[in-house]
Parts: sequence; C-alpha cells; structure tokens
Amino acid sequence: MTTATVRPGDPALQPAETGSLSTTELAAVRADFPLLERTVRGGQPLVYLDSAATAQKPQVVLDTEVDFYEQRNAAVHRGAHQLAEEATEAFEQARAAVAAFVGADEGEIVWQPGATAAINVVAYAFSNATLGRGGEAAARFRLAPGDEIVVTEAEHHANLVPWQELCARTGAVLRWIPVGDDGRLDLSNLDEVVTERTKVLAFGHVSNVTGAIAPVATLVAAAKRVGALTVLDACQSVPNLPVDLHALGVDFAAFSGHKMLGPTGVGALYGRRELLEAMPPTVTGGSMVEVVTMETTTYAPPPQRFEAGTQMVAQAVGMGCAAQYLGELGMAGVARHETELAAEMLKIADIPGVRVIGPLDTADRLAVVSFVVDGVHAHDVGQVLDDKGIAVRVGHHCAQPLHRRFGVAATARASASVYTTVEEVVAFREALAGVRAFFGVE
Amino acid sequence: MSTLEQMYQQVILDHAKHPVGRGLVDVASVAGHLAGESHQVNPTCGDEVTLRVDVTPEGSVAGVSWEGQGCSISQASVSVMTSLVEGADLAEVARLDGLFHDLMSSRGKGLGDDDAEDALGDATAFTGVSQYPARIKCALLGWAALKDSLARSGALATS
Repeated sequence: MTTATVRPGDPALQPAETGSLSTTELAAVRADFPLLERTVRGGQPLVYLDSAATAQKPQVVLDTEVDFYEQRNAAVHRGAHQLAEEATEAFEQARAAVAAFVGADEGEIVWQPGATAAINVVAYAFSNATLGRGGEAAARFRLAPGDEIVVTEAEHHANLVPWQELCARTGAVLRWIPVGDDGRLDLSNLDEVVTERTKVLAFGHVSNVTGAIAPVATLVAAAKRVGALTVLDACQSVPNLPVDLHALGVDFAAFSGHKMLGPTGVGALYGRRELLEAMPPTVTGGSMVEVVTMETTTYAPPPQRFEAGTQMVAQAVGMGCAAQYLGELGMAGVARHETELAAEMLKIADIPGVRVIGPLDTADRLAVVSFVVDGVHAHDVGQVLDDKGIAVRVGHHCAQPLHRRFGVAATARASASVYTTVEEVVAFREALAGVRAFFGVE
Repeated sequence: MSTLEQMYQQVILDHAKHPVGRGLVDVASVAGHLAGESHQVNPTCGDEVTLRVDVTPEGSVAGVSWEGQGCSISQASVSVMTSLVEGADLAEVARLDGLFHDLMSSRGKGLGDDDAEDALGDATAFTGVSQYPARIKCALLGWAALKDSLARSGALATS
C-alpha cells in the first residue's frame, strides 16, 4: 500500500508526551504522501507550504477512495443488495471515524460538500425557521429585526458572507469582534458586542491568515451567558490540533475534508443533537424525507435530514480514512510539530523588510504565517519563491476585511501540515531573504 | 536567462518602479473630446486599476491617466500600455489590444512577427509572463480598463 516501513499507529511512531514528531517519524509520514516526491520548476524538490489552502493526501486515503469504487460502490441507505449494505457500512463507519476524531457523537456529524456548505446549512436553517418552517420546535432559530449576529473581523469569507446574507434576509444586524494590532481578537469590549440581542456567535477556531487560535472558552461562555448559539469554523484547527467539540462546548462546527488530508468535495457539519433535531432542512429532495405526498413532506431525523440527494460517498469514506490516519498519528504530537514549525517560520520577521501579519510568538498559534515584503507585492514574492520550488499562497486568502484591517491588499502566506519539515521552512526563509534584492529594493 | 528573469525583464521592473501616467488627471471638458473612466479589479488577487482616457474629436487617444495597486506585472503593464497608446488612433489601439492578447496566449513563444512585435514595443517584454498562466490576468488588467473606458467614453460608437 505504501512504502513506509513504520506506519502511523505503530508504537514506535507515537510521539513522546512532550516531543514533536522525530526525524524518523516525519520521514515515515512523508513517505506516505506520493505527491511530495515530485519535483517542480526544472527538477527542484517541491517545498509545499500551502497546506492551509489544501493539504496533500496520504496514499492510504487515495487507496481507500479507489477501493470504494473498485469494491463497494453502490447507493447508500437504500437497496437490499450486498453492495448497498457494504457501501452504507463504509459511509457510516466513516461518519463514526470523523465523529470520534472531533469528539462528537455519530448522529451529530452531517456530511456536506465542504465547510462553506456546512455553514450555509446553519445560516439557511435560521432563515427558514424565521419564515415559520420547522414549527415551534425551531423557535430558537427564528430571527427578528433587531436581533444580532456576531462574527469576528478575522473571519474567512465563508464564515462572514453567509451571515451577512442571513441578516439581509431577516433584518438581523451583523456585528463583529475586532482584531487587535497583534492579530488576535480584541475582547476588551466583548460584553458590548455580545449582548442579550445576540442570537448567533460565529467565529473561526484558528485564523487562516494570522494562525492565531481563538479563545474558544471565553467566547463560548460569553455566548452562553446571553443564550446565543455558537458556530465554530474549525477548518484550520481540525487538521492540526486535538479538537474535542463536546469539550469546547460549541453548538455547531464546520470543517472540510481536503484540509485534513482527505478528498475535496466533502466536509462536515457538527451540530449538537438536540439542535439538529430542531432545525428545519435547507437543501431538500430525495433521501432526506420520511413521507412524501403531492401536498406535503415530513422529514427524516438528522443527520439524513441535511443530506439531500446522492451523497459524495467515496469522498466521505476518504475523509473518514484521513481522520483515522491523523488520529493514529496522534494530534498532540501533530500540534507540537506545528508549534515547532511556527517558531521556524516566525524567524522571517528578522529578515529586513519582512512584516508578519499576526502574532509573533508561538503561544496559541499554528504554523500559518502571513507576511508582506516592503516594496514587493505579494504576487511577486510568491513568484520568486515558486522559482525555487517553494509553494506559498498569495492574495487575501478569502479574508479581505482582515487584510483591510492591516492596511494591505494582499499578503503571502506559508502554512504547514503534518508532513512539513524544518528544512523546508529554512529553505523558504533563505529564498525569502533574496526577494528584495531580486527586485532591486533595498 | 531563467524563466523568472524572462518574466521580470528590466523594462518591466523599471516601469513598475517609475510608472507612466500614474495619478488620475481631471479630464477637462475640451470641446469635442470624449472622456471615459473604468475601474477594474482582479478579484482573485485584489489587483485594481482605475483608468481615465481622453479621446480627441478625430478619434485618437489624447491622454491616459490611472491609479492602481497590485503586483509589478499588473502595474508595469498599465504603464507600458499608457506610453504605447497615447497619440494612437482608435483603430491602432484596437490592433495593439489584439496583438497584446495574442502575445499573452503565446505561452512564452512571442508573436513570431517582427512587425507586430515592433508595434508592441516595450510591451513585448511581457512575453515571459505568458509562460505563467496565473499571471496573464495581471498583465491584461490595464488593457481591460482601457477598452472599458473607451467604450464608456462613447468614442467607440462614433469612430
């Protein structure tokens, strides 16, 4: 299946309580990712520092997806034949694997095409409840003019635009928690932003620009005090940190498969069971119903209520495999690896002309580091790095308001994953140090 | 020359540092002149340009001024284009626009036509950009703004 001699899950691979991934462990991990072996731009080794956009996939995830198509492919939750049974079992086992990975119950994980879709399910459920759908059971999802939805200035557009739209449809008012100069949320006026009028508090667990980890406990407590529901964008945290959604106490969470070493086209919505049960559906059609007549329809219980139409079964099975892979690797060790890489990345702040957007210390942050180079546009920075085989993201990273907050239109961003090495970060730093000279800016 | 150096030719870096036509100029309502303005954004990267054009009654470009922010390729391209089209008649502007688009589709090969490349002048320095599919849109941003501002001026309808 793979060429690795040590598999994740082997006792030899378990990181020590305080250690990060050892060199041997990291080599074994890297051997699991076939794409990392390829070269780019004239035979140079690939230095992939764009995992916050999308992560590479281990062979076992690719094999699992292919194996599903080769051996088990059938429609799930219907059909009496053996293949249908096996496909359904694989689909539901994947759900269980993802649930276990994030500290949720199986029935609390809803498959979605991605995290963006997942957040929209919640936003449209509020919308539909406000129109009276879902009846009395959905009363806590109803919004009235004057109600408020709170987000943060650090949000990815996926956790901002759906709430803007919800406000536009319902008359609710959008408010936000500002970001301080250090790139962390400024909670000094939290009690003035999160008030009795707040119905939803939606925030990212980890910023995809600054890498800062949000103070979830403080925000959840503030929401609970006023009876607001919390929605956590966990796209950046689930691949890189131990995440226990029950322990975090959030009401909803969204995360994508492709950022956690899984396939594209699949993601998950987490919702506390009682909330999913009370929530009206958003996308409707086949597979999510109980009884359909020409006049009316009753809906299946969650999670199926939110899974209309034929599902992305092979991708879901792949995402389940990815969750298992990460789980066996051990997220505590992965998180320490992230911290070590963040420290290496942050040394770019010592390069003349380089300014990091976000926290400069490694406390409560991941190895996602955005930066600007004085006198050189982010695209040009990215192009020079690319010429050395180093892949970084350039642009606004779907977070225009956060960039505006820092007075920049675009940044370059380096981000790591389980397979990223210190040597790669050093190569990145060295290439970055030559950028201003290339453009004749000193 | 590496492909990177082919993209960032000195003439491009010079134009990026010392752009021609940067700084919007109020187009005074000179009798018979037509003026148009266009704002173009590249939503994937945030590059933007606002461009004003002033067209004489005879149908030639009296002046181009612009303001923008973005990468060196997008800013240098507006600058090179500005020096290229000033004084040109609208038929010539349309021809240059077509040639530049052809150049950007050439995957680094150039136009293979000396007359065409002579007409494009410094703009042929962008040949290297056409090897990088993600950057072609940067080079075309200013040309899109020029075409749109000419359309908005009404000059295309009358010419």
